[in-house]
Amino acid sequence: MNLVPNALGRMVPTEVNSRPAVPFPGVDRFRPSSRRASLKIPTVLDYPRDGNKVVKDLRTALELCGIRDGITISTHHHFRDGDTLALQLFDTCAEMGLKDLVWFPSAAFPCHAPLIKHLDSGVIHHIEGSLNGPLGDYCTAGKMHGLGVLRSHGGRAQAIQDGEVHIDIAVIAAPSADCFGDANAVNGSAACGVLGYAQADAMYADKVIVVTNNLVPFPCIPMEISGGYVDWVVVQDSIGDPKKIVSGTTELTRSPDRLYISELVARFIRDAGIMKNGFSFQAGAGGISLAFAVYLAEMMREAKVRAGWIHGGTTRYLVKMLEEGLTDALVDGQAFDLEAVRSIGVNRNHIGTAPIVSYNHHSKGNFINLMDAVVLGATEVDLNFNANVVTHSDGRLLHGIGGWQNCLYAKCVILAMPAVRDRIPVIVDEVTTLCGPGEMIDVVVTELGIAINPRREDLLEAVQGKGLPLKSLEQMKAEVERLCGKPQLPARTSRVVAVVKWVDGTVLDSVYQLSDVAGTN
Amino acid sequence: MNKIGVAGHQGSEVRSDVWISVKLRESGGIDLVAKSRVDFIYGKSIRELILSGLKYFGVEHAEVAVEDSGAVPFVIMARLETAVMRALGQRVPEWLPEPGPSFARATTRERWRRSRLYLPGNEPKYFLNARIHEPDGVILDLEDSVPSEEKDAALILVRNALRVVDFESCERMVRINPLPAGYEEIKPLISAGVNVILVPKCEDDEQIEELDEQVTTIQKQTQAKNEVYLMPIIETARGAFKAQKIARAAERICALTYGLEDYIADIGGQKTADGQESLWLRSVVVNAARAAGVQPIDTVYADVADLDGLRESCRQAKALGFEGKGCIHPRQVRVVNEVFTPNEEEIRRAQEIVRAERIARAQGRSVAVVGSKMIDPPVVKRAQRTLELAVALGRLSADWDKEVE
Repeated sequence: MNLVPNALGRMVPTEVNSRPAVPFPGVDRFRPSSRRASLKIPTVLDYPRDGNKVVKDLRTALELCGIRDGITISTHHHFRDGDTLALQLFDTCAEMGLKDLVWFPSAAFPCHAPLIKHLDSGVIHHIEGSLNGPLGDYCTAGKMHGLGVLRSHGGRAQAIQDGEVHIDIAVIAAPSADCFGDANAVNGSAACGVLGYAQADAMYADKVIVVTNNLVPFPCIPMEISGGYVDWVVVQDSIGDPKKIVSGTTELTRSPDRLYISELVARFIRDAGIMKNGFSFQAGAGGISLAFAVYLAEMMREAKVRAGWIHGGTTRYLVKMLEEGLTDALVDGQAFDLEAVRSIGVNRNHIGTAPIVSYNHHSKGNFINLMDAVVLGATEVDLNFNANVVTHSDGRLLHGIGGWQNCLYAKCVILAMPAVRDRIPVIVDEVTTLCGPGEMIDVVVTELGIAINPRREDLLEAVQGKGLPLKSLEQMKAEVERLCGKPQLPARTSRVVAVVKWVDGTVLDSVYQLSDVAGTN
Repeated sequence: MNKIGVAGHQGSEVRSDVWISVKLRESGGIDLVAKSRVDFIYGKSIRELILSGLKYFGVEHAEVAVEDSGAVPFVIMARLETAVMRALGQRVPEWLPEPGPSFARATTRERWRRSRLYLPGNEPKYFLNARIHEPDGVILDLEDSVPSEEKDAALILVRNALRVVDFESCERMVRINPLPAGYEEIKPLISAGVNVILVPKCEDDEQIEELDEQVTTIQKQTQAKNEVYLMPIIETARGAFKAQKIARAAERICALTYGLEDYIADIGGQKTADGQESLWLRSVVVNAARAAGVQPIDTVYADVADLDGLRESCRQAKALGFEGKGCIHPRQVRVVNEVFTPNEEEIRRAQEIVRAERIARAQGRSVAVVGSKMIDPPVVKRAQRTLELAVALGRLSADWDKEVE
């Protein structure tokens, strides 16, 4: 494989899964010149005259969609760890004797570990999407054919829209749908909030199958996915478990140290003058990026400040802020718990959004640029504020990128995490995998203090004399190394097993095969 | 010779600790098998550290097994020292880590002790970030939170933590085991720079006198620079009756406190919500402390989830005359600090009183007046104390009186 250095000196391949790839040329340096992907013109002549697209089962729908070896099939993660459709889908494909399929999920979760048997048997050739847990280990052990391609939620929509990834069949789990294919996620026993991740797939896939456990009479209101995009509808007993959308990462942390960091983040947002009437922020799913919002809410109450909008992943904590009048609106990429699901169904100021709109870099503007502050996690950050979110310090794939890269376009980007995790330092000489260029990261908050990127003189000035524990990353790193010792460089091979894409589709970094994944635990 | 010494903790739930087994043998050299959760970045340095330690202790032939869950070096050093000590069945030379920034940090008798955070002495994971919750003091506990078979291990670990961990401005306290067992523990603590020794189950002023002498002797022997203060804990009826003598048993006593659970058991009482059963003890502790000129400090509040209850308990303690309270969870620290810090109204009133007293003195009057109220000397004294505290905590400028005039 031919590796070349990109603009940040990271070695990346020029070809990914037999398609040419552009090495990252620097932030905002890549300008697309081609046209968006286009689809063959469909005709109503090919669909049932009575408008009823319901077919017997998933296998029938797949056959009607012309499923064959080697095609790309997408599914979505609005049920998070409660997804069952992807497993059912590839079990069905295995029964049908299919081979070399490409799975293009919007995200993978530990619940998808059983797919390893289909990777081993060749039913699935490779996965283009976030890889973590057992699937991540499988990839970093070098067992997967092809390269893993890690994209942000916005980058995934961009790749679909730009024709970088062509989806042959999109299979969308819908908590409510009508016989024409109109669908939403706010009603029904499996209501999970928002179908935004599937929006780009519905628009750009050759064939679209909606699978529901709750067939409602036409019209299915609201029509989050329009039946105009949908080929066939499958009705079955179960499509996933919405209770499992509440994963560990969406619970409020109880760790006193993490709560301390969360409060420090909230104080920074207040004291830097970001917290003012009409401001906006995004809360993430990790313990700290969730908990800071609870502290911020308290500070907003005290100062009588009301936000304009909050961007989720929404949890019950943000719903409470909306209902209490601490924000005018919630704009929601996904629901992180059932209280958020309830709210989006009943509160007209709580709206769902799709990454192709909110996070898409190849679009007519990106509304994340309107956002005043975002709080994100990271596994590593270097002294130039470059950050890693996908791999553990030992090189194993740990997290998907999610909306992380897309949120770096907010006006103030704050990374918040413990500076040490069981002796593993977070502030390093060089990140294992580069996911976010340091020039886009403004503040790092740890239990040791707050480091402001020297590029942000305005922020440095705004918080002077406010009593915040300001430190440099160098100071924090020295404190950690005094206690923990200086880490050695972890061993890895030179074989690339996955790439990290930037929001514009260029290649930001490579993920390498580990010599011994099982032994690193 | 096939003696085995084991120390530390192992298992998937363990964090920031290490398990080490040392099996001595007659020949065959060192056979080291080290597994670590952080092997990929620290594997080599862990093996090097273990081998250098074995060399330090003069162990030449042994099978050594290490299971590390992300312990930092001073913890690994403590666990190895414990394992070798247990294998040999005798004390070994102290294997001391490089001292950190707070090792030589001294404290004063008068400093404020609103909150002190208890940290179980054999659980290293709680040490590293204790300071960020901003207690006035941290207590590395060797007594109730450490099982009897781990007392030796905890002492070594606490000694290393005192040397290495940066507790910043927190006063570094250790609760030793009840005397006489506690006498054996103080030497390593003093040479590691401990600021305050808490003495549990105090019943006798002579014990404290004895401890005081031993501390002085050890200070001379070890040339330890930090002054060492004592905080006796009254936990029995006998101790309560001796409280007055205990509080003045040594110059190095800085504060007096009490333990509720042991006391109630001792008097055959029952714990109630309003604490009637301990009111006498609490009053005794406050009065004994005040009579001896040391700080009366309240005990802990057991329900860590009930912050409102904690706040009320702090208010009651403050009203009784206590100056601070123990904390058993980091989240309690803020509430305790808040209540025992003078609020704006208290500071304003204290300033008014102190100013009135100065004016009265300047005018040659014996009694100061605020509004229509005469101010007695003790009231002035209390006001002065409030202002000293406010200044010490940064709530008031040290030259507030000059600024006004």
